[in-house]
Amino acid sequence: MNAIMPYVFPVLFALVIVALLPLVAGYIVLVERKVMADMQVRLGPMRVGPHGLLQPIADAVKLLLKEDIIPESADKLLFWGAPLISVTAAMLALAALPIGPFFQIADLNIGLLYILGISSLGIFGIVLGGWASNSHYSLMGALRSAAQLVSYETSAGMAIVGALLLAGTLSTRGIVEAQSEAGWWFIFVAPVGFFIYLVASIAETNRAPFDMPEAESELVAGYMTEYSGFRWALYFLAEYTNMVVVASIAATLFLGGWMRPFANTRAFNFLDYLPPLLMLGVAGYCFRRAPKQPVAVQKMFMAAVGLLCIVLALILIMPLAVPRDSFLASSKAGIHGAFWFLFKVGVYIYVFMWLRFTFPRYRFDQLMRLGWQFLVPLSIVNVMGIGVSLALHRQLHWPNWVSFPLGVALTLIAGAFLLATGEKHEHPRVGDEEEEETPVHA
Amino acid sequence: MGTRKPGHRERTITGVADRYNAAGTNVETTVLGADEIILNMGPQHPSTHGVLRVKLRLDGEKVVGSECVIGYLHRGVEKIAEHRSYQQFAPYVDRMDYVAAVSNGLGYCEAVEKLMQVEAPPRARVIRTILTELQRIASHLFWLGTHALDIGALTPLFYCLREREEILKIFEKYCGARLTTHAFRIGGLQYEAYDELEKDTERFCKGFDKRVDEYESLLTENRIWVGRTKGIGILTADAAIAMGVTGPVLRASGVQWDIRKAMPYAAYDQYEFSIPTGQNGDTYDRYVVRLEEMRQSRKICLQAIENIPAGPILGKVGKVLKPPPGEVYHSIEAPKGELGYYIVSDGTTQPYRVRIRPPSLINLEALDQMIRGHLVADVVAVIGTLDIVLGEVDR
Repeated sequence: MNAIMPYVFPVLFALVIVALLPLVAGYIVLVERKVMADMQVRLGPMRVGPHGLLQPIADAVKLLLKEDIIPESADKLLFWGAPLISVTAAMLALAALPIGPFFQIADLNIGLLYILGISSLGIFGIVLGGWASNSHYSLMGALRSAAQLVSYETSAGMAIVGALLLAGTLSTRGIVEAQSEAGWWFIFVAPVGFFIYLVASIAETNRAPFDMPEAESELVAGYMTEYSGFRWALYFLAEYTNMVVVASIAATLFLGGWMRPFANTRAFNFLDYLPPLLMLGVAGYCFRRAPKQPVAVQKMFMAAVGLLCIVLALILIMPLAVPRDSFLASSKAGIHGAFWFLFKVGVYIYVFMWLRFTFPRYRFDQLMRLGWQFLVPLSIVNVMGIGVSLALHRQLHWPNWVSFPLGVALTLIAGAFLLATGEKHEHPRVGDEEEEETPVHA
Repeated sequence: MGTRKPGHRERTITGVADRYNAAGTNVETTVLGADEIILNMGPQHPSTHGVLRVKLRLDGEKVVGSECVIGYLHRGVEKIAEHRSYQQFAPYVDRMDYVAAVSNGLGYCEAVEKLMQVEAPPRARVIRTILTELQRIASHLFWLGTHALDIGALTPLFYCLREREEILKIFEKYCGARLTTHAFRIGGLQYEAYDELEKDTERFCKGFDKRVDEYESLLTENRIWVGRTKGIGILTADAAIAMGVTGPVLRASGVQWDIRKAMPYAAYDQYEFSIPTGQNGDTYDRYVVRLEEMRQSRKICLQAIENIPAGPILGKVGKVLKPPPGEVYHSIEAPKGELGYYIVSDGTTQPYRVRIRPPSLINLEALDQMIRGHLVADVVAVIGTLDIVLGEVDR
């Protein structure tokens, strides 16, 4: 019995994650559409369920029931298998991420390396899918995607190295604990690193303004052009899972993982009451809106959502309400940790959406230039800056508040320099050399 | 039906067939370089603004050649004109540039008036000016939204449509239609202006300046937007003139040519406004020029509503229009450029021939020159910046 016990919880967690993730991805899509609608002075989905709350379910059913089309000239096996690679790689990466101190599938001592390695495999799904479709649009989307991922993986990796230097471990749990011990999140010590990771992670997940591979106004739908129905849904699932993965990495590395803001300061203990209050607030809103729904089913559904929020609020308040030394009180770290972690992931994903609806899209060559001429050098400088700070702090025993701002300042100066020189080299027109007249029909 | 010149119906169509073959089928026989591909964009493509088909010859992602295939929306508008009376044809012109139907109608009505040597009464001319300028704003708003969407900015579209909606509501109140308005009538106006036309126009114009600032805050100084539009699709003034390009595209190249000033029609000679021009003739300049044009149109509207003369809205035209035999060419400054009508009358109730000079078609011809050497993404930006409407290109 004892021999199998260590495997029970991880397997359970894994099952929960795999079972819930499609649902979560569906609701992220709904949230995205709602956020987009809010920014664009309209309502967004309102038809299926109250405030469109059942829209993801309807979408999933529709996608599953759609005719499954494989183009005649496609490479059948690869066309069939490519989305699976994408989804599998995206899901596997979640295994090493700690959603709270107890809720983690596996605490690998090479956790970050594992996540980076696995999530890079996802690109095979895109490249193979684009190639197997046997269409120019798909192929160009796939090639763009490959080039983009390789470029931005570099700077994302270097940004992560910065945080690794600070933490001194590759284990994801270890990194959060290091932030807990240090008393501050790494975003405050390495803001430039966080910025680089933010940009690189948007590019890695192929999100706007870096959504070259599926730029809909240019390449129709990029590598997904020929896909439909369930296989298309798998790609979609992979994309949103990847968003969750990069957001989780950012939350773990830079935003203190499962820790509450000011976790070590007694005076801020009242923040513990924020999660249950938030849930109660949502519940109150649901109950207030429930009678205004047009159909009885919708009223009931709205009330059910409200009830669910109350239950969550109770779960969140439980560890705070019971005496300090009871068993339930010790579960506080787990329950509240999960809340804060998911909260941070949510905020990070919200930033993704915000950027997507605000900015125009980069052109491919501009994207590459930004990646190689600005982000990669900046991320290297960032690593050096952190190294200098650490050396000053550990070898020369300079105080923290001198050495770290110094490192950040050095990095920022280098960044400004890069930006200034980069602007001089910008050539708007790519192939300015005079082409001889070559009409399509020679 | 009236008398027709001999040979009128025996027009040969071999020319058309040859062109179709040249355009449609011989991609296979094209000699391609070792690393070149042919990419077919459209007619079903999210950003070719309808049913334009562009065949791109690509080296990697770089465009080394292109060819537009048009005609997917051809409805034979010019031919239809030969079988309709002058009044009956008026609603058809609304369906060419359906984003700016009022301007189309104005051009046609004025051309026929010129042919018949009648003039619209002053009241009609001022109201025509107001509605046409509102239509210009609406058309530019639609252009801005879709252009930004092509370049990947999703949000401006909805702000633009919000304001366009207000203009369409004014049209709806005036004539009951929002899109294909058929607002004017040969010799004057179709309908008397409704009571609150001035008030509605003023309310829109007062709030509109701030709205344009809002679009500018989203785009004008955005690094990505500037990067995507500056230096893209450059059209020099000489090239633009040589190709007959007109409208904001021509003005962005630095040529100060606006028919409203050069050959005033309607009531434009009564109002003060300036003609914005660009210097570089790139996509960014065209963007700036169009934004400024919206502001100028707003100015014209505000001036016009201050003093709308009273009086009849219809000049001296009978129920049956029989212009004397002859021909006339009349052009106006439509939102997209010079919209010209060449009408030949044989003295009957139906035009002998109507030839329409659509600005979109002639501007589109500059596409190949503008996108050579650029990337696929720029093709989309340049198509957007030309502001074509396929209903007008194909007619």
